[in-house]
Parts: sequence; C-alpha cells; structure tokens
Amino acid sequence: MIDTVIIPLLQIVVVINALALSASLMTLFERKVIAWTQSRLGPMRVGPYGVLQAIADPIKLLLKEDITPRKADKWMFTLAPIIALVPAMVVFAVVPFGSEKLFGSVDLFIADINVGLLFIISVTSIGVYGIILAGWASNSKYPLLASLRAAAQLISYEIAVTMTLVSVTLTAGTLSMVGIIEAQQDAGLWFVFVQPVAFVLVFIGGLAEINRVPFDLPEAEQELTGGFHTEYSGMRWALFFLAEYANTFMVAAIMTVLFLGGWLRPFPSVDALAFLDLIPSWVWFMSKMFVFLYMFTWIRATFPRYRYDQLMRLGWKVLIPIAIANVVVTAVAKVLL
Amino acid sequence: MAETIAFYTLSILILGLAVLVVTARNTVHSVLFLVMNFLCVAVIYVVLGAEFLAVIQILVYAGGIVVLYLFVVMLVNLTRAPEVHQDPRRISMPMALALAGAMLLELAGIVVYSYVLEPSAPASAAAVLPTEIQGNVEQIGWLLYTDYLIPFEVASILLLVAMVGAIVLAKREL
Amino acid sequence: MEITLAHYTILSATLFSIGVIGVLIRRNIIIIFMSIELMLNAVNINLVAYSRHLDNLVGQVFVVFVIAVAAAEAAVGLGILLALFRNKETVNIDEMNVMRW
Repeated sequence: MIDTVIIPLLQIVVVINALALSASLMTLFERKVIAWTQSRLGPMRVGPYGVLQAIADPIKLLLKEDITPRKADKWMFTLAPIIALVPAMVVFAVVPFGSEKLFGSVDLFIADINVGLLFIISVTSIGVYGIILAGWASNSKYPLLASLRAAAQLISYEIAVTMTLVSVTLTAGTLSMVGIIEAQQDAGLWFVFVQPVAFVLVFIGGLAEINRVPFDLPEAEQELTGGFHTEYSGMRWALFFLAEYANTFMVAAIMTVLFLGGWLRPFPSVDALAFLDLIPSWVWFMSKMFVFLYMFTWIRATFPRYRYDQLMRLGWKVLIPIAIANVVVTAVAKVLL
Repeated sequence: MAETIAFYTLSILILGLAVLVVTARNTVHSVLFLVMNFLCVAVIYVVLGAEFLAVIQILVYAGGIVVLYLFVVMLVNLTRAPEVHQDPRRISMPMALALAGAMLLELAGIVVYSYVLEPSAPASAAAVLPTEIQGNVEQIGWLLYTDYLIPFEVASILLLVAMVGAIVLAKREL
Repeated sequence: MEITLAHYTILSATLFSIGVIGVLIRRNIIIIFMSIELMLNAVNINLVAYSRHLDNLVGQVFVVFVIAVAAAEAAVGLGILLALFRNKETVNIDEMNVMRW
C-alpha cells in the first residue's frame, strides 16, 4: 500500500510543484537571455539583478481581472486551459530523472511502463484539444482561425515526430524510457551519434509541437493578436503559459533521454572517464535538459517566424519524407549489422 | 478488488458519457463527451492488460479521429439548429422499442449462459509465439509481422485509398 | 464480486446498443457518425475481453485492424459530408434526399 499508492502520490506532488516553479523561473531565464542577445539587460528592478521577477509575474497574474466574453461557452471556456495543461504535466510520469534511488528504495521516475515513449506521444496528442476548444469557446474570429491553424500545425508535426521516434525505437529495441537509456549504456554511445538525422528531426518537430519560434504563428501578436488565447486573461492565460512551458520542458526531457543518454555521463563505456561518475546522474540529466532549454531560447532570440504555408510545407513535404527514409535506413542497418 | 472498483467506475463513466454523446444538443459538447468516452475505454484496455492497445486508442482514436470530427463540426458551423425538420416517414419510436426489447433478450441470454448454464472452455486456435518474447508490444508486433502480415499490408493500402479518397472528396476543384 | 467475462460482454453490449439508438434517433449526420464510432468501440472492448479470457493475442491484433478501418471510414465519411454540405447547406439527413424528387 505504501509503495504503490503513497510514494507515487508524493512523487507526483514533487514533480508538479517543480514544474510550476520551473515554468516561472524559465520566464525570467528567457527574458534575461533574449535581452543579453540583444545587448540590453532585461528585468533589473525587482530584486538583485531582476531575480525576483519570477515571483512578481505570477502575483500579477493572480491579481488580474478574470474576464469571460459574454457569448462564450462558459464550460468550455473554463475547461480549455485545463485540457491544455493536464497532458503537459501527465507526460512527466514516465520521464526518468536519474538512476539513483532516494532513501534506498524510491526511484527517480514515477512509473516506468514498457510503452513509455508511445505514452508520451499519445498524451501529447490530447493537448491539441485545449487549443481547439480555446479558440472555439472564445466565440471570436481571431482565436478561432488561430486555433484551427495551431491544431493543423500540431497534428502535422506530430506525424513527423512519431515517425522519427519509430526509428529511435528500432535502434534502442524497446519503448520504455529507462530501457532506451540502458540501451545507450550498453552501446557505449549516445544515440545522437548513431541517429543524427533523427536528432535534427525531433528537434525541429519538437519546436513545432510546442508552438515556439520559429513556429509560433498561432500565438504571434503581430499576426493574429495573440492567437487562440486572445480572450484569456489573468490566471486562465497563466494556465496556457504554464502548459506551453511544461511542453517545452517535456521536449527537452525527451531529447535528453532519447539522444543524449539521459542520466549517463559522456562516453559511458570509457573507463578512463570513470571519475565523472562522482557527479550524480540527476545532475547530468538536469544539465543536459538545461542545454536544450538554452538552445530553444537562443533560437527564439535569433530566428524570424515561419509563414503558415511555409510551415505546413516544411512539415509535410520535407520532414515526413526524411523521417520515413530514416526509418527505412535504420531498419536496413539493423538487419545487416 | 482493485479490478472490481476500476471496472465499475469505468463502466459507469463509459455508459454515462455514451448516453451524453447521443443526447447532447450542442454538437461540440457531444464531441467532447466522445473524447472522454474513448479515454475511459483506453483505461479499460489497461485493466484488461492490453497496454499497447490503450496507447493506440488514445493516439489514433482520441487524438486523431475525434480531432477530425471536431474540425468538421467547426467547418460545418450552423446557426440554425439542425434538428428542426423531421421526416414524417421515420418510424423511430417503434423501431427503438423493438431494438430495446431485442437488447434486453440478448443481455438476459448472456447472463443465463454465463451463470446458470456451465459452458465448457472452447478450443481456440492459439497464436504461436516464440517463448522468449515478453511484453505486450513485442507479442503483438510478432503476430502482425508473421501470421497476419497480409492483413497488415492490406490495411496499409486501405488507409492509402481512404486518404486519397478523402482528399478528392473534400477538395473544391480537382 | 469477481469481474468475469460476462461483465465485459454486458458492458460491450450496452455500449453497442447506445450506439445503435444514437444512429436511429438523431438526425444530425455528425452525431450519427459518432454513434458508429461508439459501436466500433463496443466491439473492440468485446474483442479485448475475449482475448484476455482465452489467453490468445489474436483478439488484440484484430482490434488494431478495427481501429485502422475506423480511421479510414471516418476520413472518407467526413469527406462525403463536407462535399454534401457544400451543396445542401445542412447536416440534417432528412433533408439529404438528392436522389428523390
């Protein structure tokens, strides 16, 4: 009873709180990094060097007025941010944060199911509903158009990412997240060296899945006045925001586990580097995730936005054929080698 | 014990949501109830030990087919309620009652067959798997690629044909 | 009370009948399509329950095919619906009588 109900509940509480806290810190991180890229300083007033901005922003959002459009469908207007947020958090149930066991018996993942990767893909595809319903429930032109565009973008790139993850599954031989990390340990190489094409495809597809630059047309202010969350303000908008950052963390975590060896140290089979094992495995995991978050922010500061037809053309005519070719080449290599 | 609670909760949810799908006035609410129904069915698959089917149900049915329905509902957005006209040639009520009676007989038959009579276990042609393959996904994969390869390929051609057909039907000009 | 095969069969039969009632009493084509999906799901539950009872994975393989066929049918059916809607501006099947006078 204790270890099947109580401990997972405590793990879930820790993970959800960590996600919420990290999302608010990530907003500060993004603003600072983008500011430094543009030769300015970013938030500097609140706290030393602007560090307390992460606390000031949620307080502002909590105190804002909660406006619901008059003819909006009330139930769905309230439900849409929740449907957007819950899948983004549920996905973290299968992400393994490290190989140690806390207090001798508590694993650093909530559940290691043997269809872990497929679980992540399928739960992410539920998040599309939050966006569609947000646009529909707002009963207003701009959100509706933006939400249909966003949904079309998400389901197109979902196909490319799923195909690419098939080739990663072929390489690892298992769908379980811990199993993929152990496959990388057995192979002695991170999969980014074995499947570089898949790495690039999941990176680009992942950026499109989380509606980030250069694929953030559905929520761009210059194009669609805020996209599908135009009519949302205050805490409801904060839920969408939280969902987007949770999705960002999820893509960073997936790429870390699949391509960068998860909680393995660099060159896990070279014994000469065994002194690196002094650094705990969850520190390796968090550093690798941090590298991806920094790359996402760097891309946001640097690239312009894709136009919608260019975006769809990239997804359907470029990424999907490359992903299919990757699967075929991986399968042939797996049989021959 | 856990299975009992899970089964009764899930079956009440599934049947309740199905009734809501069929009786909701607003089509978008109907589609939402359908999604929730499919998610509960996916949990039933997990209870039955078919975890690959559960994630496929969420990925394909709840995350693909119902999104398609939602898109079409929004494209077909009507201002007047579509249920206004009723064709007087319809005989819905007597037909529904007849079906309900048949349904009741069928359910009674199932209960009688399972609990009152004692059925012997029928011989089934079990699928042959190598003994070292464990795990639901691997076993289904093995079956799909050895014994059931031809239906697998035919299903892929069917999906291709459906894709071409849907694009041709929905285009404005060829 | 132990959950036997009969429980799952009764659940599947009831879900199927709700789907049939939906097809018969609603006149909105999209609701009719969704009731057809309910019927397919009922069949899937039945297949998986029998698959576990008889310890035979063929039931689960068949469910994969049923899901594939349901996806194909939903796509084509909605394509037909869109083509009809462009001509008739309605989704009420009682008004879609283009082949009658």
